[in-house]
Amino acid sequence: MTALTLGRALNAGLRQAMENDPKVLIMGEDVGKLGGVFRVTDGLQKDFGEERVIDTPLAESGIVGTAIGLALRGYRPVCEIQFDGFVFPAVDQIITQLAKMRLRSLGALQLPVVIRIPCGGGIGAVEHHSESPEAYFTHTAGLRVVSCSNPVDAFTMIQQSVASPDPVIFFEPKRRYWDKADVETDSTDWTPLHRAKVVRPGDDVTLLAYGPMVKTCLEAAVADEDHSIEVIDLRSLNPLDIETVTESVQRTGRCVVAHEAPVFSGYGAELAARITERCFYHLSAPVLRVGGFSTPYPPSRIEEHYLPDLDRILDAVDRVFGW
Amino acid sequence: MTVGAPETTDLIQLLTPEGELVERPDYPLDLSGAEIRSLYRDLVITRRFDLEAVALTRQGELGLWPSLLGQEAAQVGSARALNATDMVFPTYREHGVAWCRGLDPLHLLGMFRGVANAGWDPAAHNFHLYTIVIGSQTLHATGYAMGIQRDGVLGTPSAAAAVAYFGDGATSQGDVNEAFVWASVFNAPVVFFCQNNQWAISEPLEKQSRIPLYRRAQGFGFPGLRVDGNDVFACLAVTRKAMEAARTGQGPTLVEAYTYRMGAHTTTDDPTRYRLAAELESWKLKDPIERVKAYLVKSEQADAAFFEEVDAEAKQYAADLRRRCLALPDPQPLDIFQNVYAEPHPLLAEEQQQFAAYLASFEDAS
Repeated sequence: MTALTLGRALNAGLRQAMENDPKVLIMGEDVGKLGGVFRVTDGLQKDFGEERVIDTPLAESGIVGTAIGLALRGYRPVCEIQFDGFVFPAVDQIITQLAKMRLRSLGALQLPVVIRIPCGGGIGAVEHHSESPEAYFTHTAGLRVVSCSNPVDAFTMIQQSVASPDPVIFFEPKRRYWDKADVETDSTDWTPLHRAKVVRPGDDVTLLAYGPMVKTCLEAAVADEDHSIEVIDLRSLNPLDIETVTESVQRTGRCVVAHEAPVFSGYGAELAARITERCFYHLSAPVLRVGGFSTPYPPSRIEEHYLPDLDRILDAVDRVFGW
Repeated sequence: MTVGAPETTDLIQLLTPEGELVERPDYPLDLSGAEIRSLYRDLVITRRFDLEAVALTRQGELGLWPSLLGQEAAQVGSARALNATDMVFPTYREHGVAWCRGLDPLHLLGMFRGVANAGWDPAAHNFHLYTIVIGSQTLHATGYAMGIQRDGVLGTPSAAAAVAYFGDGATSQGDVNEAFVWASVFNAPVVFFCQNNQWAISEPLEKQSRIPLYRRAQGFGFPGLRVDGNDVFACLAVTRKAMEAARTGQGPTLVEAYTYRMGAHTTTDDPTRYRLAAELESWKLKDPIERVKAYLVKSEQADAAFFEEVDAEAKQYAADLRRRCLALPDPQPLDIFQNVYAEPHPLLAEEQQQFAAYLASFEDAS
């Protein structure tokens, strides 16, 4: 058992993956000597060399495009996109090429590429450094999309993602990089990558979250003395573990979804629709969504108003009871 | 050729680090004493308010600041070569260019303080919004230049050109290479001003290019030049010539200003992790401000009183900027909904109304 921050847990997971499989590569901007701007790859170039931990030219489309080529040659590249808002130059390679190549080859090709993206706001950053672009990727067939919320999952999920034969978009909640927890680095008793976790059991309402919002939802559940709130960390957005969600919502009869991304056309819309289909006769209220507004991410001096906080989540919880 | 090493023979320099003039008949520059003193003043004030912004960041008043320390001459020299009608497309470190264009640096500090995502009117000083995503603005500059071309003003007294600022790291981006193709194919009146400060955060130039950057232009079909980026005279003369070529319909030029990022990438960066102190020391000997001062002293075009006066003015300016920065009002929560669309948007209006009611519920409760 080792106490690790989320960032260090990712580092330990990547190190383990590289030790287990010599085909695993790390590539991205500043991932080498600097260890990445969040130090997630700290020390890996020193220990595994420049052939395996590659400081790339400054071009995101190039990073993902060449990762595809390396994967075609039998490697397992783990790409780092420096910030969420910088992924868009690479989106053509991800959506048009990476996501579809297996299908186009009738299953002959495997593209075990992981794309790590620090995501979300709350760190007082300038624009393009606080976005939540997950819905663009969950909407794209052929990609697996996951998001860790804590050090334990970070350690296991990054290794499971590297081992996946399919491309994985791996979201890292940047404002939780410094959160610390005990991580069992020797255990192999891991939750499957695409399984959701009930992180706090409850009876009255189900709170669904992933990534940075899981902690906020747990805090909201503790703060609410009137209701017994069940919190589910989805962990995997595509595929979605709908069974765990359905079991919970059928039991509680109420559901609130929270994410940082704008609500309109956001991932919560998929959850709300799917829960309505599966739990219609169990629901006492519509599924409510709490998230960002239908605006670009605001300047940091007012980001606290844009990001769903404990009060806005509890406001939604109150509304599902007052329906 | 050593990869990444400067090729001094190709370097256009008009003023040595020791403050000696270099004869370059192909880049004539006839500056009066008053003009040189004015350039010096711009260099000193730029460095001083940049330093103030770093200090404000250390004190928690700005979220982040990308210092231009070491790049003052590249920015002041090139910006002072522009006409008011020329259009500038900056990246996020062009504080000296902004200053020369007349944009109040308070806007720049405001952006990094988090009161706005840029937040100025580009038309007010023909200085476009800072662009953080690397290289995107080079295409905007090229398209803007194609607009100037279509206005039919090239070669006339109302001719203008566009200039795109970017760094060595940006030259790897697809957008920048596409901008080169567009500018070349359409013979667009645009100057690509690349400040090669040797480092893209932690990555040295050899991670971006195996040949000197200015030589890239040849492959795209337009001229490329390398100028001493720490020489304000050379940056002024070279940019003047390139802009004039663009304005007269002779098409694009790539200018590589060979300089050095003397500070960190931004205030959150720690360059001691990836570069040697000796490198910084060697570049300190090529300081862009000291050489102008040395020249002014040697040529007896300025005395001690002038330098003291400029220093005092810079100090006063920085203190005033600090005061104005701290007085910047925070945006209001409902400002989140402003300026997203030109015309009313029903969903946004609904969200704004709901959020206003939500905020009001706290006031009612208290």
